[in-house]
Amino acid sequence: MSTATETKPKRTIIPFGPQHPVLPEPIHLDLVLEDEKVVEVIPSIGFIHRGLEKLVEKKDFQEMTYVAERICGICSCIHGHSYCEAIENVMNVQVPERAKYLRVFWDELSRIHSHILWAGLFADSFGFESLFMHSWRIREKILDIVEETTGGRVIFGYCKIGGTRRDIANGRLKSIVTELKAIEKECHSITDVFEKDYSVKKRTKGIGMLSKDDAVKLGAVGPMVRASGIASDARKLGYAAYGNLTWELITESGCDCHARLMVRCREIYQAFDLAYQAADKMPDGPVEIKVTGNPTGEFAARLEQPRGEVIYYVKGNGTKNLVRFRVRTPTFANIPPLLKALEGCELPDVPVIVLTIDPCISCAER
Amino acid sequence: MTEQQLISTIQKTELPSKAAEMFKQGFRLVYVCCTPGDPLEITYSFDKDYQLFSFRIMVPRAEAVIPSITGSYFCALTYENEMQDLFGIKVENLAVDFKGNFYKLQVKTPYKDAGLAQPKADTGAQQK
Repeated sequence: MSTATETKPKRTIIPFGPQHPVLPEPIHLDLVLEDEKVVEVIPSIGFIHRGLEKLVEKKDFQEMTYVAERICGICSCIHGHSYCEAIENVMNVQVPERAKYLRVFWDELSRIHSHILWAGLFADSFGFESLFMHSWRIREKILDIVEETTGGRVIFGYCKIGGTRRDIANGRLKSIVTELKAIEKECHSITDVFEKDYSVKKRTKGIGMLSKDDAVKLGAVGPMVRASGIASDARKLGYAAYGNLTWELITESGCDCHARLMVRCREIYQAFDLAYQAADKMPDGPVEIKVTGNPTGEFAARLEQPRGEVIYYVKGNGTKNLVRFRVRTPTFANIPPLLKALEGCELPDVPVIVLTIDPCISCAER
Repeated sequence: MTEQQLISTIQKTELPSKAAEMFKQGFRLVYVCCTPGDPLEITYSFDKDYQLFSFRIMVPRAEAVIPSITGSYFCALTYENEMQDLFGIKVENLAVDFKGNFYKLQVKTPYKDAGLAQPKADTGAQQK
């Protein structure tokens, strides 16, 4: 029997986070549900705001390199690199060629370990524990190389204004490339599962859709935007030695969680290739130049982190302390697209979709 | 990397229409940055085909009220709420207004008085 007026489904609000098994860092989402379907999402961040940008009042522009590296524990090296690129542009510092290639080499190792770390966490989000363990086992080998060449596993600390703090001997560089090729082969054992496994496809295909149009309108960056079919990658600006390397942008057209997964899987191999190219083309010479004076002027450096484009805006007035140090991280940019991707999904898919932006809340809140 | 970055200074009343224009032309909002001082310097940066283009508005500290661009760029809500929290700027017509509670801060509006330090005056003539 039909009724004249349709009953509106009852709405329930389910709090998601700030503490949740899939969240390594705190973000809170109020999920407004109709039955099991998410119809609206209200985000709440700010649990770990540290005010790092305000430290420019106390630390001079050289010391801020260390602060920048400590914004994130996963992509710390690209944070340091981004800050150095911004200051070098303001001060018109010409970085030695070898340092540019070394920067690419370490940045790409960072991308590989970050993507594999994410892949493991992603597998964990839908309960594929063995895939999580295998992913992290492989990642460990990359970290060993990083530790040996930079001295750090979390904070690489390789970058400084005017070049790099360390060098890698040419002989060792060749043997590292051989080691990397063996690790690359091993990566197929996990990426093949991510690509072809039935249960992975079941949990990711057609889930968390973000159309090409929405991705642009909402300012998505990194694998999030490339999985919606848009070729956008800050490395194409040609900073460091990227302009001298041969590579094509990786995009997918699926616009769903599986597409974001595939973009990252393919980017792992691209990062290996870029690291090989950087090692192969690395010129001999110094790795740093002396930088004198204080920065005057402003510049917004744009670099590609594993999670997407990061912005480092710096403004100096000729004193040793900057007037402004502003960081816009990829996770911060990807919060509005995440809200869109969550709309219309089922409650059990929320952790999977949240993970596809590769959230780094410490980065986002600084 | 030597990237050309164009900055155009506009009036704050022009901001919503300029943002709408950029949106129509398919520009992506890259970031919004507020630099402390008096006046406050607020920069809105957009990107298309790897070209960064920015609008800048200068807002006197005493009249720190600006229009929102969330009508065109919904994603600006994070940047604008952040400005409200850190700088104490009032953003009008925000699509989602957290009313100063976007971040959980121990010190409210920490940037409000930043950048206002003036050089010390010479002793003598100005002293009574």
